[in-house]
Amino acid sequence: MNTTAPLPPFLATQKLTKQFDDAKAVDEVSLSIQRGEIFALLGSSGCGKSTLLRMLAGFESPTSGRIILDGQDVSGRPPYERPVNMMFQSYALFPHLNVWDNVAFGLRREGLAKSDIQARVSEMLQLVQLHDFAKRKPHQLSGGQQQRVALARSLAKRPQLLLLDEPLGALDKKLREQTQFELVNIIESVGVTCVMVTHDQEEAMSMADRIAVMSKGQVLQVGTPQEIYEFPNCRFVADFIGNVNLFEGVLCEDEVDHCAIDSPLGRLEVGHGVTGTLNMPVALAVRPEKMRVSKVRPDVSHNLMQGVVQEIAYLGAHNNYIIKAANGQLVKAMQANTSRHNDTPITWDDEVYFWWYDDAGVVLRS
Amino acid sequence: MPGRRFVISLPYLWLTLFFALPFLILFYISFVDIGEDLAPFKPLWDAQGVLHLKYENYWSIFKSPGGGVLFDTLYVEAYGRSIAYAFVTAFLCLLIGYPFAYFLARSPERYRPALLLLVMLPFWTSFLLRIYAWKGLLSDFGIINQTMMALGLIDEPIYMLYTDISMLVGMTYVYLPFMVLPLYANLVKLDVRLLEAAYDLGASPLRAFWLVTVPLSRRGIAAGCVLVFVPAVGEFVIPSLLGGPENIMIGRVVWDEMFSSNNWPRATALAVIMIAVIVLPLALFSKLAPSTQDSVRP
Repeated sequence: MNTTAPLPPFLATQKLTKQFDDAKAVDEVSLSIQRGEIFALLGSSGCGKSTLLRMLAGFESPTSGRIILDGQDVSGRPPYERPVNMMFQSYALFPHLNVWDNVAFGLRREGLAKSDIQARVSEMLQLVQLHDFAKRKPHQLSGGQQQRVALARSLAKRPQLLLLDEPLGALDKKLREQTQFELVNIIESVGVTCVMVTHDQEEAMSMADRIAVMSKGQVLQVGTPQEIYEFPNCRFVADFIGNVNLFEGVLCEDEVDHCAIDSPLGRLEVGHGVTGTLNMPVALAVRPEKMRVSKVRPDVSHNLMQGVVQEIAYLGAHNNYIIKAANGQLVKAMQANTSRHNDTPITWDDEVYFWWYDDAGVVLRS
Repeated sequence: MPGRRFVISLPYLWLTLFFALPFLILFYISFVDIGEDLAPFKPLWDAQGVLHLKYENYWSIFKSPGGGVLFDTLYVEAYGRSIAYAFVTAFLCLLIGYPFAYFLARSPERYRPALLLLVMLPFWTSFLLRIYAWKGLLSDFGIINQTMMALGLIDEPIYMLYTDISMLVGMTYVYLPFMVLPLYANLVKLDVRLLEAAYDLGASPLRAFWLVTVPLSRRGIAAGCVLVFVPAVGEFVIPSLLGGPENIMIGRVVWDEMFSSNNWPRATALAVIMIAVIVLPLALFSKLAPSTQDSVRP
């Protein structure tokens, strides 16, 4: 039991809502974000994450609800009066100014002394390693360089809150992986609290300390990447993040430390208890990497099934199998290639056993 | 490809026939002598094939023959006045046209076609009729004076017609669409996210306008100013109908020389100088203007 009071959140939204005509883009979202953390809003397009971000920035005014930043209510303030800076998806660099002037733009609005501005811009450009490009105009830079200018510009004013709108969206895959770590390193070295919006779960999982999964204007689950992945709280979250197998059934046994589900594929044993009523419809979520596959019958007593291999994808680092179970359900399984030699190769139309251990699955009630 | 050559040559042919050739004819006439009897000018070569170039046609524009100070002729005065008025017209068009174009560019898309139509609607009516309409508005017994007297705001009519003011009003009115349309074309391409970025970095809407919108609309401003300034210099009808006798502009002077004095050589010389005065700075201007990209696509 935690006896110390939790720290008040650095950034909090209180039942934040945005209504457009007949649709609620953001529906009573209440979030608590800690100082210095990187927080991701994850969801597919139309879920309201961008609208929420724009409300934090001040470009949209909330229909109802409040935004509290470091104890101050900033809900009604225009963007130029908030200690918040945003890095736009399209970078929005001023095409008529060079790199130096772009980064200095915000500082000049503050009325700092010339020498201070000089020092700060220099510091920012060193941070993103673009000092040699200071005199160039945006159209003379590559996409990755433009992004770094946008980042330097958004950090120049030492904002209390940094907002990132799909930060890696415009980059190609190779550059994306590299930039992910660079970005996090820079943000953490500066120590600024950061809220990012993305539809790419990999981006969210690798960059964020905590993630909020959103759909239709509402937040479905908030947690660390591991919590979201291993302990999803509903079918949508389980299915949205990574791949998952969902076995539908009814709860037939429920104890403190274990339970069981009656499903078309037989009785499924689960290694954790569920607070629910018997015979309620539930689904068991099992991630493909926890699904074991073998042509040889394993020595397990339950959660063991047989099926026919429908599809195989050899992806170098691992194999993806799609197995047709007895009731026709397609089950996904993933095995890492830990050895360079494949002793019992599995191929199409093979009859295989697939199973998982008790603690590998999560019961979902919604 | 022969077909391609043919198609490309058509505009060149057009320009040659209707632009280069007339100009060359003008140029030719500006070097000859006044003709005898009814002929407007003498040929450049006489019966023996000797060339007679009359440079005095040009020289007399800048210096009165038989003494006088250089550049102190009514011609130079008329040039100066025309350029000054054209300049002021361009400035007034910019002052009125910029907010107009800005409002147009930022209005909801469904209203824009109708609003653009309103801008271009005056072109559907006769140019001359519109100028006469201004006479009707501005004259001593015109609508403005009558309304103000009826309301008791003034006792005697304000003398507005045939002055600098009435001429500038007419010029600005007529040339306004030429400023609005290029400005609109430029402003409508402005990326709103750039303004959002400016707000985000602490610029108030006014500052963002001055620091982002205006610099990025430089090209539109230049295009609009050129489209207003160049024809305004040679404007003939509006000064004649709305301007006073002291506002003689170069267009009127050329007309007088051509048709009243029947002095084609001097008239063409005046025209050639006018073209040089306008075209040369423009050519330099376009060479010097730096090229920037209006937006950056990541």
